[in-house]
Amino acid sequence: MKKLALPILLSALLAACSSTGPEATGAKVEDRTGGAGSGVATVNAGSTSGVRIPALVDPNNILSKRSVYFDFDSFVIKAEAKPLIEAHARFLVQNPNETMRIQGNTDERGSREYNLALGQKRADAVKQALLLLGAKESQIESVSLGEEKPRCEEATEACYAQNRRGDILYSAAGDY
Amino acid sequence: MLRANAVTQMLAAFRFFILAVLTGLSLNASAQLSIEIVGAGASRYPVVIPIFENEGQLPRGVTDVVRADLERSGLFTLVSIGPQALPESVTPDLAGIRSRGADAVLTGSFVPQGDGRYQVRFRLFDTQKQTELGAMALPMAPAQNRAIGHRIADFVYEKLTGQPGYFSTRIAYVVKSGPNYELQVADADGMNAATALRSREPIISPAWSPDGQRLAYVSFEQKKPIVYVHTLATGQRRVAANFKGSNSAPAWSPDGSQLAVVLTKDGLSQLYAINADGSGVRRLASSSGIDTEPAWAADGNIYFTSDRGGSPQIYRVSSAGGSAQRVTFDGSYNVTPRPSPDGRQLAFITRNNGRFQVAIQDIASKQTTILTDSARDESPSFAPNGRMILYATESGGRGVLAAVSSDGRVKQRLTVQAADVREPAWGPQAR
Repeated sequence: MKKLALPILLSALLAACSSTGPEATGAKVEDRTGGAGSGVATVNAGSTSGVRIPALVDPNNILSKRSVYFDFDSFVIKAEAKPLIEAHARFLVQNPNETMRIQGNTDERGSREYNLALGQKRADAVKQALLLLGAKESQIESVSLGEEKPRCEEATEACYAQNRRGDILYSAAGDY
Repeated sequence: MLRANAVTQMLAAFRFFILAVLTGLSLNASAQLSIEIVGAGASRYPVVIPIFENEGQLPRGVTDVVRADLERSGLFTLVSIGPQALPESVTPDLAGIRSRGADAVLTGSFVPQGDGRYQVRFRLFDTQKQTELGAMALPMAPAQNRAIGHRIADFVYEKLTGQPGYFSTRIAYVVKSGPNYELQVADADGMNAATALRSREPIISPAWSPDGQRLAYVSFEQKKPIVYVHTLATGQRRVAANFKGSNSAPAWSPDGSQLAVVLTKDGLSQLYAINADGSGVRRLASSSGIDTEPAWAADGNIYFTSDRGGSPQIYRVSSAGGSAQRVTFDGSYNVTPRPSPDGRQLAFITRNNGRFQVAIQDIASKQTTILTDSARDESPSFAPNGRMILYATESGGRGVLAAVSSDGRVKQRLTVQAADVREPAWGPQAR
């Protein structure tokens, strides 16, 4: 309910103060006239979600642990991540209709697009490990966020280490 | 700091403020880019740009826009000969102006048209040769003062340097403020900023269509990278590439009909071409490594970054197919190739003793020069005349935009108060 209130309020405001705007495409999109005479209309992007399987977000369940960490310049899954990978593979095997998205991440050094490609290699490494343990290709989408969503924003090695990771998302957990 | 029309700015700021309060956005309402010149050309051309006849009748000035543009370019120095206008209809005292140290003078008049509109007429003279360099007349409404100022500055720039000006162009960039991301478009002087897309998730890699009407970019609003094409005037967006996996690094073909993109649908990040409406995907190159950051040159070559040889380097492949050729050889990290509009030079980012800097290569001779002395440079983008390169860097722990001339002499910094600015893209010449 709370999630709905804001867009409605926003639409009411926009209807009150904006002139005209063509019909927007896609979900939850708003047009309004931009800065003075700029000829640029503003669009608000957004997405929604909800939890279907509470176990995935239960802090006492290993399935709520979603991050796999990597060494510098490495795309190899470390031994310490094994229990976590196994638990998620088991979930996918037992729930063949559930899908997962793996987001690869990198530290911030270097080109954003090249880092996006490096993050993809990390996501793919997690995906391959899950496939080896019986998950199906159709259940998993590996994608990359590159350096765009750092967990830690200081320019220190300890901080960079937290950003070199793969994150597991479930649609059933309302993650996407 | 450059000033815009205070009233419209305040109104825009007020509307934004209301929205910001209601939506919980914390972006600074007056998030205007301010431009600081930190270096200038070796020899600057001394010019006189006096106020135009009848300019006092206008609610907002025009010649101050012209002066600011020319000064910011780093190629001109302004000489003042007093507060009086020099009407366009009268040939000025060229010898007298020459004696004040100016090599050129612009004269001009605003001629009222009786309907609230004006015709602005102007003439440029060479005081050394005592000749007229050119004249022009443009219709204008008083509210067009900045656009007309940029047109006049383009005229002066082209007559005196022989190259087209870039003052009437626009730039796109991404502002990050707290958890909020905005894709903004502003005039090349940082004024008139408007938000094209607002999101709680990252936006990267904006790329202008050759007609300047659309931006392709990567948005993470669906928790994965998806390429969109966005028409600026209407806000209409279309998904151009959303294949399984990541979709990124859009680059327009010179005719605007296709995009080069990077997809991971078949495994590693590789180059593909799609039609601008998202149809007709085809492979552009194949490698066993990462291929990314395509840039489509006017001659049909596609420059891109690849680590197929072990380290990220720049390669080139024909958009018609064929084998790729390596372009950079010095150093272990050369990325983000951007060919100049005339295709003769290549701007890119090189890692130099641990610092990421803007470099330029003369493509024919392969001679490479590092243009900057900063450490976190990214995303170089040529002005349409090839004279300046806009890029992102870091200053005081914040993302800022900077520009450097392709000869490395002129340097500018563009900042927004209390926000991170990144991912600049310089738009095409206005048509």
